[in-house]
Amino acid sequence: MFPKGTKRKFSDSGDEPAAGGEDVNQPSSVAVRMLSSYSLQRQSLLDMSLIKLQLCHMLVEPNLCRSVLIANTVRQIQEEMTQDGTWQIMTQALSAANAAAQCSADRLVATEVLCRQTEATQGEQVLKPFPAVGSEGCPAEEEVVVEGEGGVTMSTVSPQAPTSYLPGTFGMDPCWEEENGEDEEEDEDSEECGSGSEEGDSDRLVEDSRTAEQVFGTFEIKNPAPSPDPALEELFSDVDASYYDLDTVLTGMQSAPKMGPYDLLESLSSHGPSPLSSSTSCRSDLNELDHIMEIIVGS
Amino acid sequence: MAGAGGGSNDVQWCFSQVKGAIDDDVAEADIISTVEFNHSGELLATGDKGGRVVIFQQEIENKSQPQCRSEYNVYSTFQSHEPEFDYLKSLEIEEKINKIRWLPQKNAAQFLLSTNDKTIKLWKISERDKRPEGYNLKEEDGRYIDPNTVTALRVPVFRPMDLMVEASPRRVFANAHTYHINSISINSDHETYLSADDLRINLWHQEITDRSFNIVDIKPANMEELTEVITAAEFHPHQCNTFVYSSSKGTIRLCDMRASALCDTHSKLFEEPEDPSNRSFFSEIISSISDVKFSHNGRYMMTRDYLSVKIWDLNMESRPVETYQVHEYLRNKLCSLYENDCIFDKFECCWNGNDSVVMTGSYNNFFRMFDRGQRRDVTLEASREGSKPQQVLKPRKVCADGKRKKDEISVDSLDFNKKILHTAWHPQDNVIAVATTNNLYIFQDKVN
Repeated sequence: MFPKGTKRKFSDSGDEPAAGGEDVNQPSSVAVRMLSSYSLQRQSLLDMSLIKLQLCHMLVEPNLCRSVLIANTVRQIQEEMTQDGTWQIMTQALSAANAAAQCSADRLVATEVLCRQTEATQGEQVLKPFPAVGSEGCPAEEEVVVEGEGGVTMSTVSPQAPTSYLPGTFGMDPCWEEENGEDEEEDEDSEECGSGSEEGDSDRLVEDSRTAEQVFGTFEIKNPAPSPDPALEELFSDVDASYYDLDTVLTGMQSAPKMGPYDLLESLSSHGPSPLSSSTSCRSDLNELDHIMEIIVGS
Repeated sequence: MAGAGGGSNDVQWCFSQVKGAIDDDVAEADIISTVEFNHSGELLATGDKGGRVVIFQQEIENKSQPQCRSEYNVYSTFQSHEPEFDYLKSLEIEEKINKIRWLPQKNAAQFLLSTNDKTIKLWKISERDKRPEGYNLKEEDGRYIDPNTVTALRVPVFRPMDLMVEASPRRVFANAHTYHINSISINSDHETYLSADDLRINLWHQEITDRSFNIVDIKPANMEELTEVITAAEFHPHQCNTFVYSSSKGTIRLCDMRASALCDTHSKLFEEPEDPSNRSFFSEIISSISDVKFSHNGRYMMTRDYLSVKIWDLNMESRPVETYQVHEYLRNKLCSLYENDCIFDKFECCWNGNDSVVMTGSYNNFFRMFDRGQRRDVTLEASREGSKPQQVLKPRKVCADGKRKKDEISVDSLDFNKKILHTAWHPQDNVIAVATTNNLYIFQDKVN
């Protein structure tokens, strides 16, 4: 355990800093060891949390409380890492490393994702449908990413934009958006909302997301192409796949609203599509679409 | 061995009964998910993961055997909820019974509310111990008699029959919750009740199923900003306008329905400031409140978070008046408990009849009782080993450091799969029901 006075401690028994027989002339090495041990633990906690968020029970909607608590933990770690400056160092280091060589096998999925990401930077990015698991805050399932139809890139932490913190950019927006019958609408709505709220940061987010993705390995939500992708429509032509698409706005998506399902709902609703720039009107449309879907479902 | 109990005498807890399968292989559907005594204590209901409700009834005390108090025997079993499939989301809706709440008895029948993640049902449990006999046109077995053969008329009479207990669903309250229902609570006005999910609380009238009023909504406009969910809610036992709800951030809000239709603004906010010396990445998770219960007298409420039980005076919002550590030895293990998800376990808590003792569960099939008056606590175990009739339960002790004494258990030997999440206390007597994974233990105080 860390000695008292250390700001944070969470280690289990087993991670004892080697304080005992250290040479007093080298107190800094002890401190460094402690700090790096702490950083390692923090990093492993971050990884663990991201795994937890990703691996959700597919059949039943996951526990929202648990997801929120894990997301808050990730956010907390992220904040601390950002304050430490560790965050920037890590993202830079990883981007450098990745630029040079292959990723190691144990980050296989990430490699897949990353490679695809870099290959498809021109815009042929296919959005992989994600089992959004009832939209309860669960980003991509591992298996989905491995199949490799497309990666998922987390929008990165932008220290200047706390609202776009990673947990938020997990795709939790559409994930937690769990209105009845909203599966199809939630994609474009989230899309709209996402672009709405992050238009300002979009460029920065696009850039950052490429580094963030490397940090987050398998949990990356791909940054979708700016232009509407015909593949998207193909995806959404399949009802089952549509609401799997995490497609979080949070990654600073700027693409146009998806075609098929949105049009369908649009025809049901008397309102036109909400302007991309307004997340609030997007929200009200969302509510109306909710309402309509509830009526349909209710009957 | 002294135990914690109400009153000045030491209560010794004895094993009374255990219900459920003996084998270690636990069928998923048999996992007990809720336990609740009715208002008289005569009936004890359990709900399980398979959507079934089993009600036990206390037999009339056997006067000739004063040693043993009456036993609980199965009274009724019925399938309350079935698994459903939400076609729009391609997700299953679990049939697991999250909560059962008994309605106050108004007539011969008993009523209870049971809920799964999405739907609340009102069940009527009624007895039938007589049946009509002597129909003119029908034989006893139901065959019809040819009217032409009837020569005399008689009046059918009611004759006693073997007791039959029937459970029938009287109301189904559905489609009001987008998120998972975690609590239901019946109002003292005997007309309304509330149901709470992760983000909203709805008010229902017991008779009306197609309409409910939303009284709390903490869903943010932008779901990205979601950082807090509702974890439990309860009506005040006497004030029909007052209810509380707890959150995943360790706060409790008391709301007055007279203040406004939508109670998003609380009347009182109960929150204890964080202890900076215990700060860690897990602080928020372990502060998340898993259960909130008003005391019977309505002056206090109790909250359960991961490591402790806190008693709050409704008149003081700044901090609890009492705090009891349930298993402080787990504080050093939070990382492991996070890894295996145990840190998200939702333990419940309960008061005894006169609010002098509180009880909650822990791991390794341990449960804890805290005597508020005598400032004593005890750890007991619900296990088959201690289950000889009238066997007095031996207090258990967990050793946090390496120096384990005889009969103590070290933290590393605790079985985290054996958790007691649900406990209930008889409203008047010292009879408790403790649910392990798939067994229900009933303990009573030793009758001398």
